[in-house]
Amino acid sequence: MRSPGQLKSSSSELDLDGPNIEDYLPSGSSIQEPLGKLRLRDLLDISPTLTEAAGAIVDDSFTRCFKSNQPEPWNWNIYLFPLWCFGVVFRYFILFPLRVIVLTIGWIIFLSSFIPVHSLLKGHDKLRKKLERCLVELICSFFVASWTGVVKYHGPRPSMRPKQVFVANHTSMIDFIILEQMTAFAVIMQKHPGWVGLLQSTILESVGCIWFNRSEAKDREIVARKLRDHVQGTDNNPLLIFPEGTCVNNHYTVMFKKGAFELGCTVCPVAIKYNKIFVDAFWNSRKQSFTMHLLQLMTSWAVVCDVWYLEPQTLRPGETAIEFAERVRDIISVRAGLKKVPWDGYLKYSRPSPKHRERKQQSFAESVLRRLDEK
Amino acid sequence: MGNASSMLTQYDIEEVQQHCNHAFSQQEIVSLYERFCQLDRNNGGFISAEEFLSVPEFAVNPLSQRLLRMVDGLNFKEFVAFLSAFSPHATLHQKIEFIFKVYDSDGNGKVTFTDMLDVLRDLTGTFISEKQREVGLYFQVLTDVLDEAGYTKDSLMILSDFVKILGNSGLKIEVEVPVD
Repeated sequence: MRSPGQLKSSSSELDLDGPNIEDYLPSGSSIQEPLGKLRLRDLLDISPTLTEAAGAIVDDSFTRCFKSNQPEPWNWNIYLFPLWCFGVVFRYFILFPLRVIVLTIGWIIFLSSFIPVHSLLKGHDKLRKKLERCLVELICSFFVASWTGVVKYHGPRPSMRPKQVFVANHTSMIDFIILEQMTAFAVIMQKHPGWVGLLQSTILESVGCIWFNRSEAKDREIVARKLRDHVQGTDNNPLLIFPEGTCVNNHYTVMFKKGAFELGCTVCPVAIKYNKIFVDAFWNSRKQSFTMHLLQLMTSWAVVCDVWYLEPQTLRPGETAIEFAERVRDIISVRAGLKKVPWDGYLKYSRPSPKHRERKQQSFAESVLRRLDEK
Repeated sequence: MGNASSMLTQYDIEEVQQHCNHAFSQQEIVSLYERFCQLDRNNGGFISAEEFLSVPEFAVNPLSQRLLRMVDGLNFKEFVAFLSAFSPHATLHQKIEFIFKVYDSDGNGKVTFTDMLDVLRDLTGTFISEKQREVGLYFQVLTDVLDEAGYTKDSLMILSDFVKILGNSGLKIEVEVPVD
């Protein structure tokens, strides 16, 4: 129906990853049911389409996914205000320095053992890998301690096996730290600038993490190949993927990228739900750097969260990778109490492809034609 | 106003309410202001076309390009005024006037046959002509229905024509502003 050249928009390739957004959007509002003969006023009445447009301007499900919720002010009250002031002093002048010390000690221990292990045990790959694994778990525990992470893990701990991949919903980079302190996962993540990037390319690389650049199309192929190689290895760390590809505010889930679901592996869903009672763990990368995000966490009372390791899923006969991804998203959303939205998280960085609009136009055109035939 | 992080005072709200003929309640204005600041990513005090298109649900709307001509660079007062046609408090006449403005691309108060054809083309995309392989099917459709309603393809429609045509068609054009 369409010539292939027409789809060459920047995001068209990404859009093919996902299910049909029309399956989710309120259907039929722009399609008029045939009501007999076509009259002038039916053609001129563009109100359904306008209402949809205005509705999207006033409120839309995509922007809601990335909105950091402001904490409710509770302290403007003569009884609570002194208490709150005391809390601020305590958090910033006692808790925070303590946590910095804890983190520094952690780093000293980590670096002083990681560097020798990494450089001296070149010949003993197995032992070196094991020690490195333990050390990475250790430093992550220090990180979690530095925001008094109160993490409850539910379900059986992940085991090391070939041909399995863990997928989790994504709220902040601290998801990774929280999961990593229990199991040394190898993770697929966006390449970051600054000190995070340095950690990525030095330490985390040694646990088998894979980095890519979201905007580079050729990175996608390289990552796909690395992924396939990684899951085949028996002694590799279990693979962790955040298939949303971007941080969401822990109230919604955006579409899962299908990459993790077409490896032919068992998919183990992990659901993470943060309790926002003390601090919002959503990292809004547009608004703050990761360092600021960490400082925010380190000056709060605690980070409270639940992690569920859910039942492993396999591709059912006749199921496509996209359907499989949706099924796993369902499982995670239900467990963590998140709402599903039909959007690709990459729309933060690009525009939707014209094919979505074309589909709307097609259905309108068809309804006009149907009514012409009734003439 | 202009500073996105500042709060609205009672005066500001009343001023905006007057500007939009009290189409929205004070609470709704506050909600709209929050939304405005959210859309105005670079805190310029106005929303650019680019910022409107960052809402995917708006970007996929068949009329988005046409509407952009009306909304590009709106400040908050104009933003509310634009949306006031969608308020439940707006009169039918105001709503029809809004639709008329969407059609009237050059803003001269007259809608020509070409204007109507353009909107129809926006709504249907390329599908009719591709499927039917009949050049100018829209043209025919539009000419026919115009003819039936007592117009010709050369007639220039003004607002009162629109009111006459759409006035009793049970127009539904309402958007609820979420208030927390």
